[in-house]
Amino acid sequence: MEHEIAAKLVDVDKNFGLGNTFVKVLKKVNLEIHSGELTLLVGPSGCGKTTLLSVLAGILDTTDGEVNVFGTRVDKLSQAKKTSFRRKNIGFIFQQFNLLPTLTAADNVAIPLLISKVPYREALKKAKYYLEVVGLGDRVTFYPTQLSGGQQQRVAIARALVAEPKLIVCDEPTASLDGETGKIVMEMFRQTALKRDRAIVVVTHDNRIFEYGDRIAEMLDGRIVSIHENKNHK
Amino acid sequence: MLRIAFQMLVGDRAKYLTLISGLSFVTLLFVQQGSVFCGLMLRTAKPVEAIGAPIWVCDPTLQAIDDFKPLLDTDLTRIRSVDGVRWAVPLFMRQVQVRLNDGKFQTVRLIGLDNASLVGRPSQMLSGNTESLLLPDSVVIGKAEMERLNNPKVDDTFEINDKLARVVGIADVPRDFLSNPYVYTTYDRALQYSPRQRKQMSYVLVAPQPGLSSQQVVENIKKTTGLSAYTADDLRWLTIWYFMRNTGIPINIGISLLLVFVVGMAIAGQTFYAFALQNERYFGALKAMGTGNFTLVRMIMFQSLFVGVVGYGIGAGAACFIGWMGSGGREKLAFFTPEQLLFISFGVTIVICLLSSLVSIQRVIRLEPAVVFRG
Ligand SMILES: Nc1ncnc2c1ncn2[C@@H]1O[C@H](COP(=O)(O)OP(=O)(O)OP(=O)(O)O)[C@@H](O)[C@H]1O
Ligand SMILES: [Mg+2]
Repeated sequence: MEHEIAAKLVDVDKNFGLGNTFVKVLKKVNLEIHSGELTLLVGPSGCGKTTLLSVLAGILDTTDGEVNVFGTRVDKLSQAKKTSFRRKNIGFIFQQFNLLPTLTAADNVAIPLLISKVPYREALKKAKYYLEVVGLGDRVTFYPTQLSGGQQQRVAIARALVAEPKLIVCDEPTASLDGETGKIVMEMFRQTALKRDRAIVVVTHDNRIFEYGDRIAEMLDGRIVSIHENKNHK
Repeated sequence: MLRIAFQMLVGDRAKYLTLISGLSFVTLLFVQQGSVFCGLMLRTAKPVEAIGAPIWVCDPTLQAIDDFKPLLDTDLTRIRSVDGVRWAVPLFMRQVQVRLNDGKFQTVRLIGLDNASLVGRPSQMLSGNTESLLLPDSVVIGKAEMERLNNPKVDDTFEINDKLARVVGIADVPRDFLSNPYVYTTYDRALQYSPRQRKQMSYVLVAPQPGLSSQQVVENIKKTTGLSAYTADDLRWLTIWYFMRNTGIPINIGISLLLVFVVGMAIAGQTFYAFALQNERYFGALKAMGTGNFTLVRMIMFQSLFVGVVGYGIGAGAACFIGWMGSGGREKLAFFTPEQLLFISFGVTIVICLLSSLVSIQRVIRLEPAVVFRG
């Protein structure tokens, strides 16, 4: 079955720096992201994966080209509009988890809702629900330091899911985890996060998790060089 | 989000406590120094309160209560004939030397009260009574600084200007700025106790007719006699301003307050900066997840105002406690905390907090959310 296009990049360029430090990091990148699919973005270090993901998520401005996410030209939005666009549409998962160390797991998960001005009680209820979903229903009052790396990343997944965004972006979500834990996290991620109307983009160079992608886009030196479909999941 | 801001703040115990204790300390120092200053300045005018007359008439060039610019005896009759004057009595007040029985000399504030009325006599006696001043050679001394007169008791004696003085009472009198003991006697005897001069009457104390304000009568006296006259309150402020202008105290206190401010800025600024650096990753993540700059600024302002208010509360409380322990105005420690000082100190603490959070605010506004994806 065919999936709707969630995001589309057309001829995206991204340069950094001036003079001696000038670098072309993205060179006429074209990419389509489909809802209901987990797209893996792979390639050697320094090829521009993180940069591409940042552009897609609207946290980095492009130099040239179109960034279309759910029909919105993200590259044309003002900073304030971009911020509110991210708040409504995008979930984030980071390599370093970025959980606030002084907040409990439940409070951490509630953050995206609190940002959207959902009342605290309601936000907490939903946060607890999503912690159950990722199998941490018994850890709601734990602080990040009291959790293992895999558990912390599951908290981060719950946080990315709680506001029910239609696009979730993850940069190296398993790089700080050992192989087994990484697989468990990805397994759970596919089960809980993937939905018909949600697109997921995962940047990785961890080939042990390639099998979890529906579509694998390979980058080299600022360009997408190939796109494979992985039929295993279909 | 303010809840999150609060948890970020108090969750970092070490920095939170540094900020609170730093700001408490700053407030404590500020209020304490300010109170000592106010206490000292108020003491300069204590003699006005001790005498307690509603109107004081004096030489037009007088600059402060202890500025000795005596009037002619004939001025008294002129003042008595001014409209609205209910009564007018002379007052002698001057610093003179006392010779104690052990041969030592001590400067005292000699106060000569009108023989007939004893207007200006102390209201609170600890022993003896003021009527005994009418007996020969008698004086009443104030309790404050009494130890400088070797703690005399009733019936003890000393000499003033080679003349005998016998203590007939001890009065409860507040400490003043010059910190010399008070010695009360009658007007006539005060003249004998002090070196003779052409003009001798320090002040004329006046009360207004019932129904007239002191201010009106002051105007009448000035117009009719060409002398100067003050209500008690105006004379107090004249004296306080004189000391403010003519001593180094305001400058010295000003310098210490400035240092307190600088130290406060250093402590709070550094800690806030460290706090901001450490939380930059998390602020970046919040920004990526869609927190606007306005909300982030509000969070930081909330954090800084929160520590400001708590620090102020503790510091001001501690300062008032210290003041209360050694206070009453009759004790050695000059300490007076007017409400205005508390307001100013609150303002200073808040300014310190806001200034030191400016750096964090600027950093968080400039923060690129893309940093969250970098190691
Ligand atoms: N803010 C920046 N300023 C200047 N150059 C940058 C900046 N961000 C990234 N680059 C450069 O862009 C290139 C691609 O960086 P990017 O982080 O996208 O690579 P990556 O594919 O994610 O690598 P890795 O697998 O190591 O994370 C690098 O050469 C890097 O030096
Ligand atoms: Mg990267």
